[in-house]
Amino acid sequence: MSDVLDAVSTASVVLCCGTGGVGKTTTSAALAVAAARAGRRAVVVTIDPARRLADALGLDGIGNDCARVATTDIAGDGELWVTMLDTKATFDALIERHAHSPDQAERILTNRYYRNLSTSLSGTREFMAMERLYELHHDDRFDLVIVDTPPTRNALDFLEAPDRLGRFLDGRLFRLAAPGRRMTRRLTAPIIVLMRRIARVISPEVVDDTLAFIEAFGGMEEGFRDRAKAVDALLADDTTAFVLVTAPLGEAIDESCYFAERLRESGLDVRAVVVNRLQPRFTDAAQEAVSAAAAAAAGTNAQAQLTLLADLVTLADAEEAQLAPLLESCPDAPVARIPQLDGDVHDLEGIEDIATCLSG
Amino acid sequence: MDPSDFFTASRVLIVAGKGGVGKTTVSAALGVAASRAGIDTLLVEIEGKRGLATVFESSDEPVTDDHSALHYDGTELIAPDPDAGQGRLRARTIRADAALMDYLEEHGLRGFAKTLTRLQVLDTLATSTPGLKDLIVLGKIKQLETTRDADLIIVDAPASGHAIAFLRAAAGLQGTIDTGPIRRQADEVAAMLTDPERAQVLLVTLAEETPVNELVETAYALEDEVGISLGPAVVNGVFPEAVASTTTSRTSKVDPALASAAADATNHWLARAAGQQVQRDRLADELPLEQLTLSRRFATRLGREDLDELADELTEQLRSLRFGVTT
Repeated sequence: MSDVLDAVSTASVVLCCGTGGVGKTTTSAALAVAAARAGRRAVVVTIDPARRLADALGLDGIGNDCARVATTDIAGDGELWVTMLDTKATFDALIERHAHSPDQAERILTNRYYRNLSTSLSGTREFMAMERLYELHHDDRFDLVIVDTPPTRNALDFLEAPDRLGRFLDGRLFRLAAPGRRMTRRLTAPIIVLMRRIARVISPEVVDDTLAFIEAFGGMEEGFRDRAKAVDALLADDTTAFVLVTAPLGEAIDESCYFAERLRESGLDVRAVVVNRLQPRFTDAAQEAVSAAAAAAAGTNAQAQLTLLADLVTLADAEEAQLAPLLESCPDAPVARIPQLDGDVHDLEGIEDIATCLSG
Repeated sequence: MDPSDFFTASRVLIVAGKGGVGKTTVSAALGVAASRAGIDTLLVEIEGKRGLATVFESSDEPVTDDHSALHYDGTELIAPDPDAGQGRLRARTIRADAALMDYLEEHGLRGFAKTLTRLQVLDTLATSTPGLKDLIVLGKIKQLETTRDADLIIVDAPASGHAIAFLRAAAGLQGTIDTGPIRRQADEVAAMLTDPERAQVLLVTLAEETPVNELVETAYALEDEVGISLGPAVVNGVFPEAVASTTTSRTSKVDPALASAAADATNHWLARAAGQQVQRDRLADELPLEQLTLSRRFATRLGREDLDELADELTEQLRSLRFGVTT
């Protein structure tokens, strides 16, 4: 069976998916290192990396730009690039591109409602991660884009993000306020009545800003919707690979199972699975054999050590049992098992080690 | 201190921390410990999480359902038994949409609530007002607190990036909205969060570098930006002290291959335990909070037995704790 690296070797886009705390950023960076070793020009888009890791990768202060990482172990033509998602800068650029005039862009960018939208709409970050992915995919500097997906409460939000923003722009309130493109600058009477009621319950400021935004946004919906469709098509393309990143804990695995299911429902598949933080086994002996040896060594110093070994083997067995349903649900996906290391991974060397584990 | 004093020091305990550190486990163990101390306790899971029900069911079946298995109105987990000093333990979920409807109905706006539902405007309004959904959820918690729905409400909060945003919602809205019912709601929630007798936060971490860094940042941000009191830091997944020494006297009874594997396992264990100790010391240096620890379980999915043992550990440590709340 091929390994995880083979499975993603033909991909031009890799999305690493998983819940918080399972090592997604590290895995994304390690996949990029491995691709660069194989001679590819890979860029990894990180979202909210831990500070020491960000420092190690040289992400500090690069904003929405891409930075090339100088590594010692990449031979040949391979290149390793990193960038960090700047949600607001990405959204601003999108507005500037779709606006019909600089004046329209200006009115939107300074609107308080837009400023909130660009940082807080549930799914905005996911939408912008996909937008950034699309931009980088069409950037000639790179032949592989790896995205560390946002650690959302619902790990699949990003899949629906383009659609959700489309729905939001298509929502009934929006349509009531802007019923046709020719009428976008004129609000209808019923909506004004409704808005006044909302203003009494919520706050007048909020309603004024919302209405100003709807008016300013007039005519741009189509451009946004077309882009959302293009992103959808890219996600569904064969050259896009979804890699599930998980850890052997009940909750993380539940989320991964759910995630694999949702991907299948969307007609997509899991190309590979990476399991981080597995308990090392130290021995091929079965738990019963180790426990028996511990019992036989009663009264000696070896007993405590053998008991610990038996406990760790028990844990390793429990982890495999926990993983089984997930692995059965994606039978065609190769699996990389990364052992629990003695400490955190927060430097390039640690990431390079993980990259080596991925091929083993 | 008496554990019941700890659990009655504030009426709302908010359990927060980075994703993957075990907030749900800690919330559940606190709930079991509090109910054992005779306190009527309500565990609250916020929309989007769904771990609490599985911990209590101790099921090996993966939960793939989209929604929390807990009811919005509450599910009883442990029945009260006054003779045995056992308080009731319930759990419920809070969803922003349902909480908004509760709020509007309480304010005599039932018809308006229906219009909002029909037009699907909650998302639009929530977009225009960052923190509105969080405020609505916190408002529901405040309503449960003021009506004494339970003596103690334990909230399994969103992951810490979200936890700061979540708890900052009221202060943020006070800054942008000057009048109206939302402003009143924000004022009332802020009053609850800044009163140590009504609410405090317990921050959870693993004894690892990244979660400890995040806990320290979150602690200062919460003090500065929310003004909420911090209870003890909870360090989850701690290795029990010195399980084995590295010096082995080779006895003829032990298979040399196994003896060598056991020595490797011990070294691995000791290295990780030492690493944990470094992080716990660093946490103690950087944050003047008491530490409660919960031990690492040899299981991948915790069940009721694990929870009972973790609750024992908490109870034991609370007895030797001098201060419940650091203000």
